[in-house]
Amino acid sequence: MKEIRVDVLVIGAGAAGMAASIESASRGCHTVLLEREDCSGGVLNQCIHNGFGLHVFKEELTGPEYADRFRRQMDEKGVQVRTVQFVVSIDPSKKAVITMSQEGAVVFHPKRVIMTTGARERAFGSLMIPGTRPSGIFTAGVAQRFVNLQNRLPGKKIFLLGSGDIGLIMARRLALEGADVLGVAELMPFPGGLARNIAQCLNDFDIPLHLSTSVVEVHGKDRLEAITIARFDPKTRTAIDGSHKKIEVDTLILSVGLIPQNELIDSFVQIHPTTKGVVVDSMMRTSHPWIFAAGNNVAIYDLVDFVTLDGKTAGQNASRFEETFPSDTLPIVLGKSVGVSIPNKIVKQGDPFILYLRSKKVIEKGIVEIGPGLIRRTRIGIKPSEMIDIPFTQKDLERLRESNLDRVYIDIQEGS
Amino acid sequence: MEKQNMICVSCPLGCDLEVEIRGEEIEVKGYRCKRGETYARNEILDPRRMVTSNVRVSNGDCPLVSVKTIAPLPKGLMGELIEALKQIRLEPPVQIGQVIIRNFQNTGIDIVATRAVGLDSSDQKHEPEHELKKVSEG
Repeated sequence: MKEIRVDVLVIGAGAAGMAASIESASRGCHTVLLEREDCSGGVLNQCIHNGFGLHVFKEELTGPEYADRFRRQMDEKGVQVRTVQFVVSIDPSKKAVITMSQEGAVVFHPKRVIMTTGARERAFGSLMIPGTRPSGIFTAGVAQRFVNLQNRLPGKKIFLLGSGDIGLIMARRLALEGADVLGVAELMPFPGGLARNIAQCLNDFDIPLHLSTSVVEVHGKDRLEAITIARFDPKTRTAIDGSHKKIEVDTLILSVGLIPQNELIDSFVQIHPTTKGVVVDSMMRTSHPWIFAAGNNVAIYDLVDFVTLDGKTAGQNASRFEETFPSDTLPIVLGKSVGVSIPNKIVKQGDPFILYLRSKKVIEKGIVEIGPGLIRRTRIGIKPSEMIDIPFTQKDLERLRESNLDRVYIDIQEGS
Repeated sequence: MEKQNMICVSCPLGCDLEVEIRGEEIEVKGYRCKRGETYARNEILDPRRMVTSNVRVSNGDCPLVSVKTIAPLPKGLMGELIEALKQIRLEPPVQIGQVIIRNFQNTGIDIVATRAVGLDSSDQKHEPEHELKKVSEG
């Protein structure tokens, strides 16, 4: 069995992993980036639509172009990319990462590990929808892979459940490829994806969006033949009697959420009980000092640019071996309007960072209050589908250090 | 006077725009950057969209190459472009930025590749990218 010593081992070559490995390698660390697929880039490779890079490159790129920019930087900085290699297990006591590749088992002994394993899609099985179990039901990401990488159309008469961004983008993609996209159902009273994707993916193609609606039964023996949808009461979240409607379709595509992928470390690293993401501080450190994390395994982001920025932070901090790390952190406590924050803790003596928040509800005009009394920001048009980014500057950190707060409370108040 | 509400698609922020049309005059409210104002005006006078799709590649390491319009295309030409792209078969190698269709329908808009596709080398495709040098034997 082969054993390899490295400075920094990055697991998962998506947007976060590529950014993290570039930062680590450019600080002179021997950096290895592991990827189970046969090329780096992660989901960017199949996201052929544009809209990536506005924050990082100040221009709008497609997913493959965005990935290519990082691939070039990885070559330049000397990141060693090892593809078709997956991690079997991680042993925190021996600080060993056991992997399998075509040359057999390889054990890495890294000084630091950065977890950039991303998320997986919530599958049909977890939705508990009654009916038969025919073929023709796909998650949006799988359908996207078929259409954009393998040249396969999943079906002709298609309905989508869930209005997440990948789902909306797939609705447009399938409509452009000539499929009959009959509609999108969303259980919540508001869409899950970005407003611009409702406009350019659904409205442009006259695809109806049914809010407060879900699929209550699937029909078909071998192949999906029809689905039954019903309107839901937003308060009780139960189907409204008499609102049931059967629609003939051959394909159902699900865009019903992503789940952070943390099976490799969840037995010894603190995981957030509700989001299932890794708990990180503002230096992207996990609860285990050997392990850093960034990307969708920390929390589900809506922009790849933000993933890149947090990946960079993880790479920068993971490559600081000689320094003693500041250990004093303050936990972030969320008020009832905030569902998610990245990070979960603030390093008092750390560097400035960007705080990302996800609101639980639509707020026309709201004030984000951090502290209390530390930062107040008015934001217009707050939506659960769009993360709020608030820079936490050096000045804010200084004020935090001067305050006697033992935790940082964050909430969004309606009004101005 | 006519009022229209629209969502700016220029970037992921997706500003809610309110457009008032008074004859020749178009007034836009609700934008957070200049692109929003331009978008709303164009949406009334000449709606355009960026189009991304795929073109088939024979004997490549991927059966498709992703493509995009280098600028937003008049909305009415979208379907025609998709049809035109379906007729094309490329041979590898394809480079990022390579022009696939020049000046589509005299719009001045080129369609370019957004990924690279190399020659199919399936016999050695799954070799790891690194060299098989052993660092230490355990």
